[in-house]
Amino acid sequence: MSETYYECMRKQGITRRSFLKFCSLTAASLGLGAQGAQQIAHALETKPRTPVIWLHGLECTCCTESFIRSAHPLVGDVVLSMISLDYDDTLMAAAGDQVEQALEDTIKKFKGNYILAVEGNPPIGDDGIYCIPGGKPFVEKLKHAAKDALAVIAWGSCASWGCVQAAKPNPTTAVPIDKVIKDKPIIKVPGCPPIPEVMTGVVTYFLTFGRVPELDIQGRPKMFYGQRIHDKCYRRPHFDAGQFVERFDDAGARMGYCLYKVGCKGPTTYNACSAIRWNDGLSFPIQSGHGCIGCSEDAFWDKGGFYEHLTTVRPLGTAGIEGTADQIGGTLAAVAGVAIAAHAAASAIKQARSKTRNDLTSVPEKKVE
Amino acid sequence: MRADPVTGEVLQGPLEPVYVYEAPVRLAHWVFAIAITVLAVTGYLIGDPVSIQQGEASESFFFGWIRTIHFIAGYTLAIMFVVRVYWAIVGNKSARSIFVPPLWSPRWWKGVFAQASYYLFIGKERLWVGHNPLAQAAMFFMFTLGVIFMILTGFALYAQQWGWGLTPMNLFGWQFVLFEQPQTLRTLHHLGMWYVLLFVMVHVYMVFREDIMSGQSVISTMINGVRMWKAKPRAH
Repeated sequence: MSETYYECMRKQGITRRSFLKFCSLTAASLGLGAQGAQQIAHALETKPRTPVIWLHGLECTCCTESFIRSAHPLVGDVVLSMISLDYDDTLMAAAGDQVEQALEDTIKKFKGNYILAVEGNPPIGDDGIYCIPGGKPFVEKLKHAAKDALAVIAWGSCASWGCVQAAKPNPTTAVPIDKVIKDKPIIKVPGCPPIPEVMTGVVTYFLTFGRVPELDIQGRPKMFYGQRIHDKCYRRPHFDAGQFVERFDDAGARMGYCLYKVGCKGPTTYNACSAIRWNDGLSFPIQSGHGCIGCSEDAFWDKGGFYEHLTTVRPLGTAGIEGTADQIGGTLAAVAGVAIAAHAAASAIKQARSKTRNDLTSVPEKKVE
Repeated sequence: MRADPVTGEVLQGPLEPVYVYEAPVRLAHWVFAIAITVLAVTGYLIGDPVSIQQGEASESFFFGWIRTIHFIAGYTLAIMFVVRVYWAIVGNKSARSIFVPPLWSPRWWKGVFAQASYYLFIGKERLWVGHNPLAQAAMFFMFTLGVIFMILTGFALYAQQWGWGLTPMNLFGWQFVLFEQPQTLRTLHHLGMWYVLLFVMVHVYMVFREDIMSGQSVISTMINGVRMWKAKPRAH
C-alpha cells in the first residue's frame, strides 16, 4: 500500500486548508506547538497509511459512539480514512464470512505492521463462552489478532481496567486486555467512554511519530492523563475558597460552587475532561452541575456511591454493616472512649481500696536468694 | 539498680533516677503531638469541609488555608520523623525501642502479657526503665507503623497536584498502582487517621493513669527525660 494519509484525505474531499487546520489542532491538543503541526503534516503527507483492526469484546460500543463524534479531526471525514480502518465489525458494511475474511486478510497482509485497537474486554471464565463473536470466544480472537500487531490500543475503561463487567462479583471473569496480551506495547485510553479528541489524538500521535506516546506507570498517555480533572477544573476556585454545594438543590448548586461534598471524584480522577471537554468543547459533567464519577479510574464501579468522595468501607466480618471511614473510625473511637472511662473508674476504685502506694509496687533491694 | 536488658524491667533496687529519653526524643515527641493534632483536625476538615455559602470565590482562600496548614504540618511530621529515625540509630536504647521492639524475645512477650494482666487488675505492677513492653508494642504497631503509613500515603496524595512524570509522583506514585486508584488511597489515609487517633486516645489516658497510679514518673519523664521512682524499696 503506497497511498499516504494526505492522498487519502484529498480523495475524500478534504481541502489542503482543512488538512493543515487539522494538523495544527491536533498538534495543539498533543501539546506539540507550531513545530508539531509541521511534523504531523509532513508525516501524513509521506507515510503510508497504517491499517487498524478494531475489535469489539464485552462492551457497550460507547467508545465507538464517542470516537465517531470527534469534532477535530472530524472522524467521518478524516480519521476513518486516515487510520485505514480495515476491520471494525460495528462500522463496516460487510457482514458474515466477508467480515472474518477481511480480518484474516489484514492480519496476513500487514503482519507486524497494523495497530490493534480493542474496545471491550475478554471474559475468560468458562473458556470464554460469555462473549462469542463470529462463533469463537473473543479471547481467542483477541490473542490471534494481537499476535502480529505492531501495538495495541486499549479503548475505554473496559479494555484498560475491566469496567462494569469486571465489577464485583465479576461472574464472567472479565479481565482487562493486558491480562491476556503480554508481549505487545499497550496504550490504555480509559474512560467510559474516552474523550473522542483523546482517542483521535492518541492515534494521530502514533501515526505521526511511529511510536507509543509517553505513558505513566499505569500505561496511560501522559499528555491526556497526566493531570486530574480537579487540577484544571473551572470550579477549582470555589474549592480553594471553601464554597461547596451541600445538596443538588441548594443555593450553592445554583451558584456553580464546587461539587466535592456531593461526591465529585475530580480530585482522584486522571483525565482531560476539564481541559478538552466534550461535544466539541461544549461542556463536561462538572460544568453541567454533576460531580465527576471517576469513570476513567481503575475499578470505579467498586468504589462505593457516585455521591461520596470516600469509598464506603465494609469492615471485615460485618457483611450487613456498611459505613464510611468516619463512621467506622468514630465508632471505634467511641468504643475506646467508653473502655477508657470504664478502666479509669476501675483504676480509681482499686487505688482507693489499697492502703498505701507501697503495697502496690516494690522491688527487692537486694537479690532475693 | 539492675534492669532486664531486653524488657527494661527493674529487677533489683536500690531505685535511682535514670536518664531515659534524650533531648531529640523528647523534642520529637512534642512535635509529633502538635503535628498530629493539627493534621487530624485539618485532615478531618479536608474530608468533610465546612462550607462557605456566600461571596466571591476570589475573596476567600479558606479551604486553601486548611489544606496548606495540613501540608505544613505533614512536612513537619515527616521531617521530624526522619530526624527521629536518625536518632534511633545514634541515640540510646530507649530511642530505639519504638522502632525495633524485640518481637523475637519470649521474655519481652512475657512482659507484654504481664503488663496487660496488670491493666486488667490481675497481675502485679512491675517497674520499667523505658517503655513497658505493652506500651512499646502499641507504639510500634500503632504509632510508628501508623505514622509511616500516613506519611507515605499523605505524600502520595500531595504529589497528585504535580501530575505524572514529575519528581513527587515518581517518588510516591507507585502507591496508586498498589492500591488500585487514588480514591482507595484517600479512603485508607482517612482510616489511618482514626488508627493513629485511637493510639493517641489510649496513650494519653495511659500516661495520666500511669503518672497518677504507678510507681514511676511518666509525664515529667517526657519533659526532662529522667525516670523518677515513687515506689519504695521493699523492706526485708
